[in-house]
Amino acid sequence: MTVTGSLHSFDVSTGVDGPGTRFVAFLAGCPLRCQYCHSPDTWFRRSGQRVSADSLLTEVRRYERFLKVAGGGVTISGGEPLQQAAFTRDVLRGCKEMRLHTALDTSGFLGDRADDGLLDATDLVLLDIKSGVPATYRKVTRTGRLSPTVRFAHRLADRGMPIWVRFVLVPGLTDDRANVDAVADIAASVATVERLEVLPFHRLGAPKYSSLGLPFALADTPAPSEALLQRVHSQFRDHGLTVY
Amino acid sequence: MGNAWRGFRGTGWRETIDVAGFIHDNIEPYAGGPEFLTGPTHRTERIWRQLQRMFVEERRRGIYDVDAHTPSTITSHAPGYIDRGHELIVGLQTSSPLRRAIMPNGGLRMVQAGLAAYGFSLDPTVQTIFSQYRKTHNDGVFDAYPADVKAARRSHIITGLPDAYGRGRIIGDYRRVALYGVERLIQERRARKTALDADLSSETVIRDREELAEQIRALEELRFMADRYGYDICGPATTGREAIQWLYFAYLAATKEQNGAAMSLGRTSSFIDVYLQRDIAEGRLTEQQAQELIDDFVIKLRIIRFLRTPEYDELFSGDPTWVTESLGGIGCDGRPLVTRTSFRYLQTLYNLGPAPEPNLTVLWSPALPEGFKRFCAQVSLDTSAIQYENDELIRPAYSDDTAIACCVSAMRVGKDMQFFGARANLAKALLYAINGGRDEMTGDQVAPSRPPIADDVLDYETVVEAYGEMLDWLAETYVDALNVIHYMHDKYAYERLEMALHDYPVHRFMATGIAGLSVAVDSLSAIKYAHVKALRDENGLVVDYAIDGDFPTFGNNDDRADEIAVDLVSRFMERIRRQPTYRASEPSMSVLTITSNVVYGKHTGNTPDGRRAGEPFAPGANPMNGRDRHGLVAAALSVAKLPYRSARDGISLTSSVTPDGLGHSRDERVTNLVGVLDGYTDAGGFHLNVNVLDRSTLLDAMSHPERYPQLTIRVSGYAVNFVKLTVEQQRDVISRTFHGSL
Repeated sequence: MTVTGSLHSFDVSTGVDGPGTRFVAFLAGCPLRCQYCHSPDTWFRRSGQRVSADSLLTEVRRYERFLKVAGGGVTISGGEPLQQAAFTRDVLRGCKEMRLHTALDTSGFLGDRADDGLLDATDLVLLDIKSGVPATYRKVTRTGRLSPTVRFAHRLADRGMPIWVRFVLVPGLTDDRANVDAVADIAASVATVERLEVLPFHRLGAPKYSSLGLPFALADTPAPSEALLQRVHSQFRDHGLTVY
Repeated sequence: MGNAWRGFRGTGWRETIDVAGFIHDNIEPYAGGPEFLTGPTHRTERIWRQLQRMFVEERRRGIYDVDAHTPSTITSHAPGYIDRGHELIVGLQTSSPLRRAIMPNGGLRMVQAGLAAYGFSLDPTVQTIFSQYRKTHNDGVFDAYPADVKAARRSHIITGLPDAYGRGRIIGDYRRVALYGVERLIQERRARKTALDADLSSETVIRDREELAEQIRALEELRFMADRYGYDICGPATTGREAIQWLYFAYLAATKEQNGAAMSLGRTSSFIDVYLQRDIAEGRLTEQQAQELIDDFVIKLRIIRFLRTPEYDELFSGDPTWVTESLGGIGCDGRPLVTRTSFRYLQTLYNLGPAPEPNLTVLWSPALPEGFKRFCAQVSLDTSAIQYENDELIRPAYSDDTAIACCVSAMRVGKDMQFFGARANLAKALLYAINGGRDEMTGDQVAPSRPPIADDVLDYETVVEAYGEMLDWLAETYVDALNVIHYMHDKYAYERLEMALHDYPVHRFMATGIAGLSVAVDSLSAIKYAHVKALRDENGLVVDYAIDGDFPTFGNNDDRADEIAVDLVSRFMERIRRQPTYRASEPSMSVLTITSNVVYGKHTGNTPDGRRAGEPFAPGANPMNGRDRHGLVAAALSVAKLPYRSARDGISLTSSVTPDGLGHSRDERVTNLVGVLDGYTDAGGFHLNVNVLDRSTLLDAMSHPERYPQLTIRVSGYAVNFVKLTVEQQRDVISRTFHGSL
């Protein structure tokens, strides 16, 4: 019997969640309640399907050859994969046994739950830094704190693990100059950060909120303007970061 | 001759007509990138601008102009020019650009309807000739169609048959005219014909002798046509410019005598490259001039036009001509067949802007040089105007001198031809199986009567058995129709020139096709894995279905559904193989609809997968719209499972992706698209159309077509100007899954 986990869905996508074409498993359950979240349907573990690590790996195996030829790998995303750390570890390990590139897509808020075994099986961490100012972090995530993420980032750097930082840019919420600079400071202080991806906020998740009967706090917030995107990009670049 | 062939290597191709051998002996594969390419010259831009102004008029009026008096032949029209004195490559189908010709040999009604649609009327003399004195292909077919074929045609279980228009999909080896000159080709045909004198005059021998005589006549007319443009093409071409001109004259002559559904060009780029590189080495041509010649040639290919009817447009929308050119691929000796001129052809999409024609088709292999792969991916990202086919499947099945006709039909150039067979509707056949051969929309008994399925909840085994019997009938009726059609086409609208540019004897395929694969598969899957209740009307006809429960659908890399698809494709092909075929042609099959998926859907009632009556099918082998839930790659891997050995005429997959769905930077997108193409090819996928667009662009183009005159998208096997599609088809394209991620 292998460990079981709660899986929301999986997708095979290209150039979105890590390098190349990737099998992306979205686990169900997340401790954060980010205002801009585009997948509130992954907040609760009960909204996923219970699957064993083996059965998920069987699904991955259907794509193993394609992922190797096309270039890419497997990304464990969510939800928050570290909420199901044992399951995540077993899946990542199984992927490494197939010699696939692995990525962990996490907020880092539960970074302490990632044991060394899990990190040994991880090639790349996609680390969401939701805000650089603690108060803004709290406001954005409603339930989270910034410090565990920063601590996790430094732990990864100490292990020499590459990190792609991701930052969701929301007008009126995360776009404050000081907040962006603070994210940049954190990212620049972590030696293994290879790139920083700015993800522009969009409202495509809105229908999910209504079908779940949940309020969507940012229903009236627009996508960032081109000018704002440019400003934020250059702020990150000024800190010596490679920005996408 | 010695002068024309100066510096060329090899001897075999000198003795016999063997263009593939010539390419093999003389090709200079190019492994670099696009750095050497040049932009358009002022001359090119001026000519193209002049045509662009005419395209606006053409779009407004439907057609720019037509000659309603002169049935088109190779020599019927005086020379025509766009800008005489500034054109590098000359020749038009009629006496002026975009002026369409009439070709009544295929069928008089098509000509009349085509003219009437745009406010023209047929010259009464022509009408008299083709109704009183000269029989057409269309007349012949309807003289010989049996009643059940007529019924199947009327109910649209078989649709798009080339019984009233030119069958097309025959590629003459136009390169032969450039390499050998017309005189040598005539001599060769005369020798073939003389050799037949030794045989007794059986029906087969008589027909062959007559065809060879017609081929010789067509070659003589070709020579005369070129002569009027001031070119003597008796001998071989001596320069790159002449090689392109000779080759183009041959292709042009074919388009003057045939309004074929697809008039494909073949595999010309690396052949022409040998000449262009020789000129460059001799110091008589610069890179800029080489590109300018290709640009001018491509301009000519972009203005090939045929007069067609609104019904034809409904099937194959966007005024397509399928001037398909196959680029790239790997030689049997392992050398890539990529040359600088392969790049130059692709470069025309930048120099002249994106366009659907010529239908540039890359024969993809993971073993292609990296520089070429990346350039192709870049062109796809920038223009969406090219399609990909799997060279690793094509080369072993045919040869390394194989070209695509139309969208996905592979044939050895100059060695194979095909009898184009449109397609049969497998989804409708399933409904016929349930209803005992009655049509679900009209209630008419179309297929032979058998007891309808009486169950309330459909039982999988029972349905599969009835479906098998229905497919027996469908295969028999379908091939029966095709045999009649191609007999009459050979008799009344024989492709004299195109066949003169094939080997004698030629190898023939009977190219059948299927539509509605994913609908049929999902319907069977619903019956197997969920509970499907048949809902009957007052006459006992099943007209709808109530589905209870979940079922796997095609396009999710889920074997439960995919195995049904594999089984259906191979079993229908087995049935096709059992039929006797006209001229002992080798049966083949495609999974391709082009835009006819909309029409097929319109004429098919509610299906057990939950699809509503009239709703379009998915194109080609695509999963049904919105049912592929795990993204493009999962869908592609499902399609890649379909057995090529059972669908040797090609399996088409069209996919749309947003730029963000391929990566963050341009470089990353190129890398990732190359990876996806390698992975799909490696998995055995046959064909992939790649559209890189966002939904908002398409919606805006629907509302403001004038802003997007050159917006090109790929639709199952060919590219079209989006603004030339019907509104219905535009909606269909948009409603297809956009594989953009959130």
